Amino acid sequence: MASSEEAITATDYIQHHLQNLTYGKLPAGYERLQSDGSASILEKDTWTFAHSAEEAKDMGFMALHVDTLGWSIVLGLVFSIVFSKAAKAATMKPPKGLLSFVELIVEGVNNVVKDTFHHKSRFVGPMALTIFCWVFLMNLMDLIPVDWLPKAAATISGDPHLFFKVVPTTDPNATMGMAISIFLLMIFFSCREKGVLGFIKELTCHPFFAPKRLWYLNLFLVPINTLLETVSLLAKPVSLGLRLFGNLYAGEVIFILIALTFGVNLVIGLLGGVMQWVWAVFHILVILIQAFVFMVLSIVYMGMAFDSHDEQH
Amino acid sequence: MNINLTLIGQSLTFLFFIAFCMRYVWPALLDMMEKREDRITKGLQAADRADKDLELAKQQAAKQLKDAKDQAVVIIDQANKRAAQIVEEAKDQARSEGERIKTAAHAEVEQEINQAREALRGKVSVLALAGAEKILGASVDAKVHSSMLEKLSAEL
Repeated sequence: MASSEEAITATDYIQHHLQNLTYGKLPAGYERLQSDGSASILEKDTWTFAHSAEEAKDMGFMALHVDTLGWSIVLGLVFSIVFSKAAKAATMKPPKGLLSFVELIVEGVNNVVKDTFHHKSRFVGPMALTIFCWVFLMNLMDLIPVDWLPKAAATISGDPHLFFKVVPTTDPNATMGMAISIFLLMIFFSCREKGVLGFIKELTCHPFFAPKRLWYLNLFLVPINTLLETVSLLAKPVSLGLRLFGNLYAGEVIFILIALTFGVNLVIGLLGGVMQWVWAVFHILVILIQAFVFMVLSIVYMGMAFDSHDEQH
Repeated sequence: MNINLTLIGQSLTFLFFIAFCMRYVWPALLDMMEKREDRITKGLQAADRADKDLELAKQQAAKQLKDAKDQAVVIIDQANKRAAQIVEEAKDQARSEGERIKTAAHAEVEQEINQAREALRGKVSVLALAGAEKILGASVDAKVHSSMLEKLSAEL
């Protein structure tokens, strides 16, 4: 195999692994490249699976990552079913097996919530539990060797070039989607606890506010406050979503790079196997920590939404 | 890595799973765990109380035992005293009985002596007469000398 050809193959391999299975709308008049190289022009808007990264990109916003959504829903259902089953089985008797495992997690999450969130809410506990378990399960998909599920999916679907990304949290849509939900919940709870005016006041009258006799200073301070607070408000969901995405994406890329070595020769392949193992062990820590961090930050943000600064003015 | 509808799909999925957890998982589990915790706390408290009760009962038992022993000592003392008293009384009775028997015996002896004396007294005159008859060689008229004889027997 020539080196240039190999380089292209490696790049293709990586890119193929990082492309989601996209179902979306291609506009009318779009020129589709067939696998044999010929082009066909679409007569009208068509909802279809993207055959290449190019097509996926051209679908724009009106597209769904079927693999991301599918896996996250499946994993969410796993979480929901296991935990609701445990909840149904819960009795006054000493817990054992699944129930004691579930209670261990619930207890742990509840302690974190109690430590970081000092208001009364029926919502924050379940939210934290859902985040922790769901994100952890999604991250856990990263530990499955990178080729297993895509190969299985390709074999089942009969399309050898099928895109199939199994780790939902390596898709910014998934992490940012959750972060946006958290953001909207923050605003919702902020408005519910302090009123819309209270929320606006928090945005405009913090951190600088002049006393009454110097009221004219506020003409300058309010815009500054608004700018600062808006930035810090928006930074929360962005950092929340991108942190998770970045960590998992990087981990995934390294797994893919390690997987590349398997095809070179026996010695390097074996070395790759060892590296894969080492990285997987390390990654167990990463996925757990990332799930935990996402949960803790969400709780903290909810706490901020519930906190009132009224007493200062 | 395109941003598309997946973003909204994931948002909604997320909210749905939170809602599910809020409805079916969290309250049931937490409720149960709280109840269980409560029960364990109560159980421990009950055990503590039982311990204390046991301690108290032991103390009481020891006290009762001690009381019983004291009482037993008192009773034994009394019994001993009573026994001594009974023995004493018995001795007294025996002594008085002995005395009585002795007195009766004395009286009997006295009586017998008296009887013997009377009998002797009766016979004295006969003997004296017989003696005198022998000495005098003649019969003594008993009727003549009866006054003298009577005087003699009275002296006996």
